[in-house]
Amino acid sequence: MTATSELFESVACPFCGMICDDLSVERNADGLKVRKAGCGRAVAGFERKLPAASPQVRGRDVPLSEAVAAAADLIGKSALPLYGGLATDVEGMRAAMALAERSGGVVDHALSEAQYRNFKVLQSVGWTLSTLTETRNRADLIIIAGTDVAALHQRFFERIVAPKESMFGVTAKKRTVVIIGKGLDQAARKASVGKVVTLPCKPDQAGEVIGALRARLRGFSLDKLDIGGVKLADIDALAELCREAKYGVVVWAPAAFDVPHGEMSVDQIAGLVKDLNTTSRFAGLPLGGAEGATTAASVATWQSGYPLRVSYASGAPEFDPYRYSIARMLEAGEGDLLVWTSSYSPELAPPATKLPAIVLGTPGIKLPQSTEVFIPIGTPGVDHAGRLIRVDAVVSLPLKNLGRSDLPSAADVLSGIEAALWVWSLPC
Amino acid sequence: MLIKLTGGKVYDPANKVSGELRDIYVEDGKILAGVPDARPDQTYDIRGKVVMAGAIDPHTHIGGGKMTIARMLLPEDHQGDPVARTELTRAGCGHAVPSTHLTGYRYAEMGYTACFEPAMLPANARQAHMEMGDTPMVDKGAFAMLGSDDFFLRQLSEKKDFEAIKDYVAWTMHAAQAIAVKVVNPGGISAFKFNQRKLDLDEEHAYYGVTPRQIILNLARALKELGVTHPLHIHGCNLGVPGNMETTLDTIRAADGLPIHLTHIQFHSYGTEGDRKFSSGAPQIVELLNKTPNISIDVGQVLFGQTCTASGDSMRQYAIGKSAHPKKPVTMDIECDAGCGVVPMRYRDKSFVNALQWTIGLETFLLFEDPWRLFLTTDHPNGAPFYTYPHLIRLLMDKSFRDEMFQKLNADAQSQSILPSLKREYTLDEIAILTRAGPARSLGLKDRGHLGAGAAGDITVYKDNKDREAMFATPELVFKNGELIVKNGKVVKVVQGATHVARPDYDRSIERPLKDYFERFHTVSLENFKLADDEIVTGDKGSIVVQPTAARMA
Repeated sequence: MTATSELFESVACPFCGMICDDLSVERNADGLKVRKAGCGRAVAGFERKLPAASPQVRGRDVPLSEAVAAAADLIGKSALPLYGGLATDVEGMRAAMALAERSGGVVDHALSEAQYRNFKVLQSVGWTLSTLTETRNRADLIIIAGTDVAALHQRFFERIVAPKESMFGVTAKKRTVVIIGKGLDQAARKASVGKVVTLPCKPDQAGEVIGALRARLRGFSLDKLDIGGVKLADIDALAELCREAKYGVVVWAPAAFDVPHGEMSVDQIAGLVKDLNTTSRFAGLPLGGAEGATTAASVATWQSGYPLRVSYASGAPEFDPYRYSIARMLEAGEGDLLVWTSSYSPELAPPATKLPAIVLGTPGIKLPQSTEVFIPIGTPGVDHAGRLIRVDAVVSLPLKNLGRSDLPSAADVLSGIEAALWVWSLPC
Repeated sequence: MLIKLTGGKVYDPANKVSGELRDIYVEDGKILAGVPDARPDQTYDIRGKVVMAGAIDPHTHIGGGKMTIARMLLPEDHQGDPVARTELTRAGCGHAVPSTHLTGYRYAEMGYTACFEPAMLPANARQAHMEMGDTPMVDKGAFAMLGSDDFFLRQLSEKKDFEAIKDYVAWTMHAAQAIAVKVVNPGGISAFKFNQRKLDLDEEHAYYGVTPRQIILNLARALKELGVTHPLHIHGCNLGVPGNMETTLDTIRAADGLPIHLTHIQFHSYGTEGDRKFSSGAPQIVELLNKTPNISIDVGQVLFGQTCTASGDSMRQYAIGKSAHPKKPVTMDIECDAGCGVVPMRYRDKSFVNALQWTIGLETFLLFEDPWRLFLTTDHPNGAPFYTYPHLIRLLMDKSFRDEMFQKLNADAQSQSILPSLKREYTLDEIAILTRAGPARSLGLKDRGHLGAGAAGDITVYKDNKDREAMFATPELVFKNGELIVKNGKVVKVVQGATHVARPDYDRSIERPLKDYFERFHTVSLENFKLADDEIVTGDKGSIVVQPTAARMA
């Protein structure tokens, strides 16, 4: 680490899917310090002190080259390696795809179970969406469906719901925020928006509430309605807000619908937006996308044709959103090697598994007992430069090298493994 | 390394060479003037073969968010077309919206050496270039979309100094690493966000009060005065609407001598005659275009089968969503910058409307007199996937084949069309103009699209087959910068291809109001919005070719 201090401006933060890029971060002898605009999660991410970490093979410290060779050896001998985690940046994901292809593996992201609640709806009925800047300037009605937005994106209310200024005169005071789900409205009530309405059902009943709302908007009569305390009058009041809105946005994070067939809630949201768009303007805005989830899905899609859950076992991409869920495969004892990449937070550790594991992780990550090879890697936007795709899957941001450490990038390590694999697999 | 291609029949219309037997020499990636005493390191005997410059697609949706939405949307499109990796090439899949690597391989295997993405949203430019970076074999470039972005609409409605508008257009081309500028449903993408469902040429935007005519004229004039070679690339108002031919005729007249390019004009050439109030406007439009030398077009030919439409035109894509097949349309409002719509579509020869769309495109090709102002496109994947080009070329070159296909159409569409009366058959010279020389000249690619001294060694060699579809589907040899990359229609060497950009001069002080605008309204900072060269040139991958622009006019 260099002793000279340096101030970085317009720093993009890789620690949640919003990727705010108005941070100032200073590097000095003690490490990194967020000087401007960081939320708690950003401060925790940038200012985390990295524990010392060395590449290891079966718990023994080794030089990086030896760990890379050991990883290539394991992958070369594996019949079905599972490339999971995939919390990385665009370059890391490109390298993971190339390696998965060459080794006939399966590709899936650690958080794709939630993303798949969205993809299933997209792939069956389509949808209409907005993006962060569009919502910030335009939305006069924001309906938050079952989601604790502030827990996922601490600055969402400051930057998107109640910005200082709007291009079209839709100031915070003129905005209405409706929250479907109890216990989720604290941040909204602190934001200086014109009106906050809470429909206090259980958060995962939001889809049911929206279903009733759609029925009322279409003029159906419903009797004896009580969805976790939400009454018909509440639904009708919301219907009126929807009718009055010029540009309504329904916000959700698919992780909120963590129940069997949670995609049905997303389907109701897409359906509500579709119904309302026939006469006025409405759009959805899915949130989440931390740990490089949006990046992993996007790169996988443009390179393979499919949003993750792809197997290259036959040499060609084969897509099966059920079969190639790595979480499911691990539980069912499928595959013979886990290759886990996690470069942002130490909490995103590999699931418990009996499979031998190769872990490319940020220092401090908890390793499973079966770890054969551990390679500490840098965090994109902290230890090395990179690029990351935002949760709306439209905007991508350049990430700076803030010089926290000299740890290699996931891309470099994965490409190194692929190169070693290539030598290994040459005929003698 | 000096290579020689011996004895081919050369079609190089940019240099007025038409089927003459010529030897071609390439050294260090460039074509040399004749070198009679040279001792080539490698000689290819191509006697009897047809030689053209590598083909150039000036309008093909190959990279950017809407394509990845389309890919994500349509697993059923890919599942029938999986491609395994080889020691040389990456795996992939896809029919209408293939994966990035496959797009590059398949274009090269069809004799193409350059492809231009026409609808790059500045807010999405980084991803568009990342996807193009994963599209090997061909050169790439992209057109920045302007005209529904709020910064420009504010400039226009506040009647800002025209020089500031020019500076902003040029700044955007630099920031997004673009070679040209496109306008899509001028102002309409923004108007749709204000719940306007149509915006005709002289209709006012509900919020800004400006009209599509003003937007087109300002952008077209800005590009001309900035010295950008490719004129404003216009996807006009009212795409797909019966009767939109009147808007198109008005747009042609509105240009009033300014250079413009009207893209996928087939989708804008619809009349309202007949029992079904849907008819061809191609004869009237082409009649006017034949007399209007400042305007070039590409066709956006429809060919039958399953595809996926993907466009920045959120307003019109939302409207055609009800015709989606399968039924899963996607619409997006994007970043106070633009929008997009992705609608899967199946064109059927037994459908009256689809059959008529097919005939309207072909009528346009056959009636249009000047091949230098007409480019061969299907607006991939909107009218059809790009690998239908050889079929389209056969339709243009072979009247009896065209008649045979015509017989399969919906009977009512047949009875309405003048197509059987059009006897024209395109020549190889004309095909070479439509698919290489014309696009290269229009885009300002000085060293592409021809085979003269100094040109890049991008060369395609075909077997002279009477079945022009077979001929153009499987070239025998394709060279990229003098390297053999395709043999008998299969990739033999993988290359990366360059990214072409244009960088007109501008006054840097435009960044002051831009910085203020970004800080007040956007969620990305001005600095991070801009795409650096080293994001395209990464490690040993990628290169940038800055094509020349003319001097700026005050």
